[in-house]
Amino acid sequence: MPLAVLFAAVYVPNFILQAIARSEPELRTQPLVIIDGPPPTYQVVAFNRIAELLGVARSMTKAAASQFAQVTIRSRCRIREEAAHAALLDVAWSITPRVEDAAPDTLLLDISGLASLFGNENEIAREIAARASAFGMSVHVAASSNVETARIVARALPGPTIVPQGQERRFLETLPVGMLSPSPELADVFDRWGVATCKALASLPLLSLSECVGQEGVRLHAIASGKGMRPLLLAEPAQHFEEWFELDEAVDDLESLSFLLGRLLDQLCARLSARALSIAAIHVNFKLQPAFDNAFDTSRDLLRVKSSARTFTCNLELPAPTRDGKLLLKLLRLRLQSHPPGAPIQTIQMTAQSSLARVTQGSLFIPTAPDPDKLELTIARIAAVVGEGNVGAPQLLDSNRPDAFHVQNFSMVAVASSGSNNHSKKESETNSRYHASPTIALHAFRPPVPARVQLQGNKPASVFFHGRSGKVIHASGPWRTSGDWWEETPWQEDAWDLEIVLSGESSPEQSFYRFSYDGLLDKWFVRGVYD
Amino acid sequence: MLSTSNTLRLHLESALAGRVSSPFRFQQPHPVTASAGIAALDHLAGGLPRGCLTEVFGTLSSGITSLLHSTLAARTANAEVCALVDAQDSFDPAGAQSAGVSLRQLLWVRCRNLDQALRSVDLLLHGGGFSLVAIDLSGAPARLVRQIPLNFWFRLRRSVENTSTILLVLSRESNAKTCASLVLRMEREAARWSLRDRLYPSRDFHTPASLLDGWTTTAEMIRSSAQRTNISFIDHARSDGGPNLNTDVVRFPLRSNHFLPADSAQNERT
Repeated sequence: MPLAVLFAAVYVPNFILQAIARSEPELRTQPLVIIDGPPPTYQVVAFNRIAELLGVARSMTKAAASQFAQVTIRSRCRIREEAAHAALLDVAWSITPRVEDAAPDTLLLDISGLASLFGNENEIAREIAARASAFGMSVHVAASSNVETARIVARALPGPTIVPQGQERRFLETLPVGMLSPSPELADVFDRWGVATCKALASLPLLSLSECVGQEGVRLHAIASGKGMRPLLLAEPAQHFEEWFELDEAVDDLESLSFLLGRLLDQLCARLSARALSIAAIHVNFKLQPAFDNAFDTSRDLLRVKSSARTFTCNLELPAPTRDGKLLLKLLRLRLQSHPPGAPIQTIQMTAQSSLARVTQGSLFIPTAPDPDKLELTIARIAAVVGEGNVGAPQLLDSNRPDAFHVQNFSMVAVASSGSNNHSKKESETNSRYHASPTIALHAFRPPVPARVQLQGNKPASVFFHGRSGKVIHASGPWRTSGDWWEETPWQEDAWDLEIVLSGESSPEQSFYRFSYDGLLDKWFVRGVYD
Repeated sequence: MLSTSNTLRLHLESALAGRVSSPFRFQQPHPVTASAGIAALDHLAGGLPRGCLTEVFGTLSSGITSLLHSTLAARTANAEVCALVDAQDSFDPAGAQSAGVSLRQLLWVRCRNLDQALRSVDLLLHGGGFSLVAIDLSGAPARLVRQIPLNFWFRLRRSVENTSTILLVLSRESNAKTCASLVLRMEREAARWSLRDRLYPSRDFHTPASLLDGWTTTAEMIRSSAQRTNISFIDHARSDGGPNLNTDVVRFPLRSNHFLPADSAQNERT
């Protein structure tokens, strides 16, 4: 008889512990205990198998748990649980868009029609488990034509479990009734009745059960009978990707920090990769350790906590979306090297802005260009040498002010768009256009060099700059320009092209310069030499 | 054993004599060249060789910056991506755009000193992918440029070998020596001024002035490992008044258009 499996349930056992171990995988091989509760009455809320073998038990106090040798104790971290839950959702959405967020540790998936993608229901269940494992989580997966049956079986049985249609009741009958998550009152009633298993509950007369315990009893009866059909409450796929890491001891060196950043980046990249998305921007928010003033407040003789901001932000905008964790780590390292946080770091919050993955179509006839990812790294490295803002593509400003430009980010996307327009022209056409008339270029002096100029009949006759004097042979000008008189920074200058014979040093040197007279400052400058 | 191999080598060379010259010598393939954007220079040197170091030097106002702009214009017009390492932050974007450079396709590295420039060009070449990497050392103090060790130039040459990158070095003196596959020396000749004085209504506002039209520049090929015959990309070789392929010197005019608005400059070109 063919199976008609429709739903899969994914359950993360020991979710509190797995959320911690996901970001610190080395803890998996150690006895690990998670504590929670108001201080100082911390109690053990989760522990792994190794700790259990040592004798650790639930609700044990922190002091008692710390008596066991080699036990690693971690506080429960709800931020990491949220991140683990989000990662679990990403796993589910990488399989199907129809996902119900049933609980932090449980997801329900509609897997109808996925056979052509992944194979039969057994292979789908294995695929889900494998993807969750790649995200650092060990999960139980169960598949059934009945959504509630799948959920309960996943919570009860490890490994991929396939419940054939019509045999739901047989799978459930041995399970304790507590697996159905009854309310405490109803659980107490079942306990008093001696109803311990699903089989016992399913065998109760429905009408009498309804009269005694109401609609909740009827619902649980249907579930225990393998008839708990209901539609999924679909969750909207999230576009927000965030990972956290809270440190027990603050980190202040870049090497240790890079290790943690790399781990967070890998987790983010894996999540985005599962959703077929890429990272367009990374925002890292560091919570810094509180710093103390060295100086005492003489008025009160008290040590004061600095009122300065205790967070440090590092933003990374990428011109081309990527999900290469190593590349992003190198970029972040370069950014942090040039702008260090300035204090030890306690918490790292990393948020990724997602974007559709870059799709490129290669061509035999397009000239080679730098790989966008590699180029971004190269630019970041150069920026570390020459400084931010000194590397990029020049862009002219809409102004007649001399030397009006700014340096914008160099983007291969912009290059591709401008290049595609140009590429239709043949190189020969280009050559003939530019060969015809090479033009004189200005070798600019930035900032302009102050100069002294002697005029003769309103024309420069001799100049003095750079410690050298020169005689003007030809003068062309003035080319008068002004602007921004309506702004706070007006400008007005008369430009001159001068052919000058500079004396001094070894031999006279004859060159063409551009001089300018600043009418507002009443000063002369050399803007550059024609070369 | 050594004498045996030598004997064998001599035997083979004598057997192949007249058919294969130097059978045991590695034959360097001729580099692919690209247009420098100036017809006379392309005819002189066969274009700028890819995967090689090209050095252009000349005194102030010799036209080396103009050559840079022309080359960038030609390369960017061909949808290629270029990089300019500007050792003294002397690049003029407005002038470059007037010359036809697509600024979006140009990665400009504005350095403050020679050390930054050398480190930047190293990083760019190791990053790879650029069609043209130019390093402008013409504004840097000549004393410091002379102190660049020769092994640095060797390293640059090795970095671009077997790539399609043109490495263009601009300086006031020749420094790369044998590391450069093509060395051009540029020199300015007579300038052209429009000596028609312009009279304006108000003498106080504008003075009579002449106009710098341009000048003629001489380019001399000091060294070249490329073959001049490899100029297939030049489709406008002129028979009338074209450069003589048998000389190592060419002259070409540089004209001024810096005070023309960009649009009119474009119209004039087209």
